Amino acid sequence: SWSWDRTSWQTYATNLSAFPAAQSEHLQQKMSENGALPLRGKVLTLDTMNANVKKVDYAVRGPIVQRAVQIEKELKEGVKKPFEEVIKANIGDAHAMGQRPITFFRQVMALCTYPQLLDDNKFPEDAKNRARRILQSCGGNSIGAYTTSQGIDCVRHDVANYIQRRDGGIPSDPDNIYLTTGASDGIVTILKLLTTGEGRTRTGVMISIPQYPLYSASIAELGAVQINYYLNEEKCWSLDISELQRSLQAAREHCNPCVLCIINPGNPTGQVQSRQCIEDVIRFAAKENLFLMADEVYQDNVYAEGCAFHSFKKVLFEMGPEYSSKVELASFHSTSKCYMGECGFRGGYMEVMNMDPEVKAQLTKLVSVRLCPPAPGQALMDLVVNSPQPGEPSYQTFMKERTAVLSALAEKAKLTEEILNTVPGISCNPVQGAMYSFPRITLPERSINEAKAKGQAPDMFYCMKLLEETGICLVPGSGFGQREGTYHFRMTILPPTDKLKIMLNKLKEFHQKFTQQYS
Amino acid sequence: QTVTNKVIQKGNPKTGKGQGRQQMIIKQINSPRSNTQRQGKTRRKTGKCYRLTILCDVSVCNLYSPHNMKQVIADNEFLGRGNLGNGVQELMGTPVGDRNNWSISNYFYLQVLAACFYPALLEDDSLPLDVKQRAESLLRECDGGSVGSYTDSSGITKIKHCVSQFITRRDGGVPSSPDNIFIKSGSQTIMLKLLIHSKDSCQTGVLIPVPTYASFIIALEEQGAAIIPYHLCEEQGWTLQVEELRKALHTGRKTCNPVALYICNPGNPTGHIQSRKSIEEVIRFAAEERLFILADEVYQSCVYGDDTEFYSYKKVLSEMGSTICSTVELASFNSVSKGFMGECGLRGGYMELVNLDPAVKEYASRLFSARSCPPVVGQIALDLMADPPKPGDPSFPTFSEVGVQAIKNTICKNTGRIQEVFAELPGISCQPLKAGFFVFPCLHFSLKAIKWAKKRQMEPDMLYCLRLLEETGLHVRPGCEYGQRKDSHHIRFVHCHCCELLHVCEW
Repeated sequence: SWSWDRTSWQTYATNLSAFPAAQSEHLQQKMSENGALPLRGKVLTLDTMNANVKKVDYAVRGPIVQRAVQIEKELKEGVKKPFEEVIKANIGDAHAMGQRPITFFRQVMALCTYPQLLDDNKFPEDAKNRARRILQSCGGNSIGAYTTSQGIDCVRHDVANYIQRRDGGIPSDPDNIYLTTGASDGIVTILKLLTTGEGRTRTGVMISIPQYPLYSASIAELGAVQINYYLNEEKCWSLDISELQRSLQAAREHCNPCVLCIINPGNPTGQVQSRQCIEDVIRFAAKENLFLMADEVYQDNVYAEGCAFHSFKKVLFEMGPEYSSKVELASFHSTSKCYMGECGFRGGYMEVMNMDPEVKAQLTKLVSVRLCPPAPGQALMDLVVNSPQPGEPSYQTFMKERTAVLSALAEKAKLTEEILNTVPGISCNPVQGAMYSFPRITLPERSINEAKAKGQAPDMFYCMKLLEETGICLVPGSGFGQREGTYHFRMTILPPTDKLKIMLNKLKEFHQKFTQQYS
Repeated sequence: QTVTNKVIQKGNPKTGKGQGRQQMIIKQINSPRSNTQRQGKTRRKTGKCYRLTILCDVSVCNLYSPHNMKQVIADNEFLGRGNLGNGVQELMGTPVGDRNNWSISNYFYLQVLAACFYPALLEDDSLPLDVKQRAESLLRECDGGSVGSYTDSSGITKIKHCVSQFITRRDGGVPSSPDNIFIKSGSQTIMLKLLIHSKDSCQTGVLIPVPTYASFIIALEEQGAAIIPYHLCEEQGWTLQVEELRKALHTGRKTCNPVALYICNPGNPTGHIQSRKSIEEVIRFAAEERLFILADEVYQSCVYGDDTEFYSYKKVLSEMGSTICSTVELASFNSVSKGFMGECGLRGGYMELVNLDPAVKEYASRLFSARSCPPVVGQIALDLMADPPKPGDPSFPTFSEVGVQAIKNTICKNTGRIQEVFAELPGISCQPLKAGFFVFPCLHFSLKAIKWAKKRQMEPDMLYCLRLLEETGLHVRPGCEYGQRKDSHHIRFVHCHCCELLHVCEW
């Protein structure tokens, strides 16, 4: 570490004089060649740009979505299309699909922002109390102030209490909680901490295929090595330890695998891991000395009978001190999913377990670069983990709204599976949890060839055609990764039920037509 | 050489020492939270001769914002009732009456935000009409009419338009395209990511001013850049001299490949502002030496010196010769955290790109999209900053006359008073204050004091700050955290609230 002190300057000066003369000359030569370039040339071009950036790809906001935005604009301008509106089933954005925000949350947010409203008797007492409590822990009693980098103290305490309740009393320490700008921020930060080495010693990160493209994009950006392990589509996208073992073994040939990422409930695949499976994964991580990253942002989104959410933290602690004192784990949560779907606030937290204290100190410094997560997002996270309790004035409305959202999602998960499975050439696993269905599609040979001739992935070709003809915007499976020769798409189950039905039927018609056209 | 070039010497920040995974994980990053702050916490608990720690300045990571200052001023009042420790001189009083101005000028922003969060308020008669109209028009831009939706990853299109119009107005008509605006707090990191190759045999170098604030340096370190310091000339009011830039660049070229020049104008912590001529010189220099300009202009609206005016790099660049104005690449940054809005917690900011290679811009967009969207709240704050209430709007009188104007008056009064006091005080000298939020006076320590600090293996200004905190509860930052010439010592503190500055130079 450096600081503006004399010692490091001296070290630097010593190193400088120790710089081999020949190399120095070579450098100067190289530099003067650069300097001789004509003035007109740009400093930053594709050739001089950081090469890692070129590898970054983010399908969820890729070419299909860009085209969808364009089509929306065309529709507005009055261009005739075979449909009236674009249905964006590409991204887990609940409010954009018409879901109403939870009243209580928004009341408190309004109160926190403009505290003069605390004198207004239109707001329930519990909302006012929450707002006062949050404001008291903000600098200058204002949500517009910077907060500490790790996040507002009282929010971190509330998060720890929530985790403890959720996990049946297993203690959680507020010092291990870091508030983040959505879960993505936490995930990228931890990956940053873990990435090191060159060549064969470069950090390898194991991610499921199909995966959520945030992982592949961050791995590319950081220049870490992506290690794929495949989920078992035949067994409802479950995770096989033997597959983990296989991919780890293969990766050890060329890099240093030290991170295992799990998304549970799964995105884009919608599976919910059994308790047994989580135990097996933890045992595997312990044996192979891997850092576990558990993306648990869909923890309230479990629909299928017989499925329940088990947090990695809980299972880890129930496995006894042999594991609970050793396995390093970071788990992530956010305000964007579940029943609240508040993506725009960018609220989230991560909990780190068994992290070396010195490393934790580095983590704290690393998060301080971005100063602090948005304070309103932190406040909202607080409300999610400290929602109205029985006996409070807002409890009933809150529960009514929460249940309505979750039961509608459960219904839509079932509906999606049922309708898609009636289409010949589409097969769909049950949507046990999360917000997506990831059905497999059989594509005619001719369409595959045509796509390849265009330099497109066959499912990208399919989705683009679907968008052009029906206005439905999906993300092709190739954006998430899939077994070679198989094709999929990801679709959210978020549109309102009537719209979802219309959409699924349109999809059905399109698939039949497409199959006919290319057979 | 009489100058301490504090060069951050960086082998590979990504390699840790020792073995084992834990070590591997370790990245060496400079700690932004130094002793003074920790000290502050313990002090508060033990409750000494003073009752509260006054945060005159908290460096990089947290707590500094006008909102905090409201609190700070309240603390001062408390302190003013005479709980001061022994041997402490009170230098300044607090203009208590002004302390609510910040929140008054922000009523408009806060009301709009509250209405966006909870649209039921739109039915409420208590909110002014222009607040409701603005909230409604903003909600129309959000998918599903909710601020809880994702937005485009570089920001809501309408807000980008609004920002580009703001820039055009600011620059006296120089056109600005919304396509070149990227909304994001921390967009500096994205530019650095594009510019810096950390793994190359020849490391990417970035020229940065000394003194400068620490979080930018940490960001550079994190990306693996080599840091090339250039010194601002304190004697001439912290001016930026091209000769110094040239010298620094020349030295830098021996060890790395300098590609970018970072400028902070108005300056943090120095409170200086560049003249138009100085900006022209810097641009010409960047053109000759082929450097990408990163212009941090977050204090642009906080300019109060006599006969001083803020010129943006974009404006000056656009008015230079055709070769230069069409080639020099520039990224300029602004945010809602500073200026008269001071909404730090909302995390709203933007970057404008000038002359960027379109192919590279494509990748910049891609990087943005991989990071999800900027917080919608911050985007709304940006819209309100770029398009504040106009004369005739119901919110205008409170916003402008009671709010902004009063803040300006306070700042002028405070900075004037600070300079008067410093002029009379032996052992402290301060360059004229012209812009920004900070004062960075030079402290002249006695040999005895320096020796004493040396014995304790501490920078004298660090020791001074610790003592100041111990004895008075005043929390200011030592200049050694920002970088300074060898054998010169400074402290940094916030002037906007103008707390008592206490001088304890008895050692």
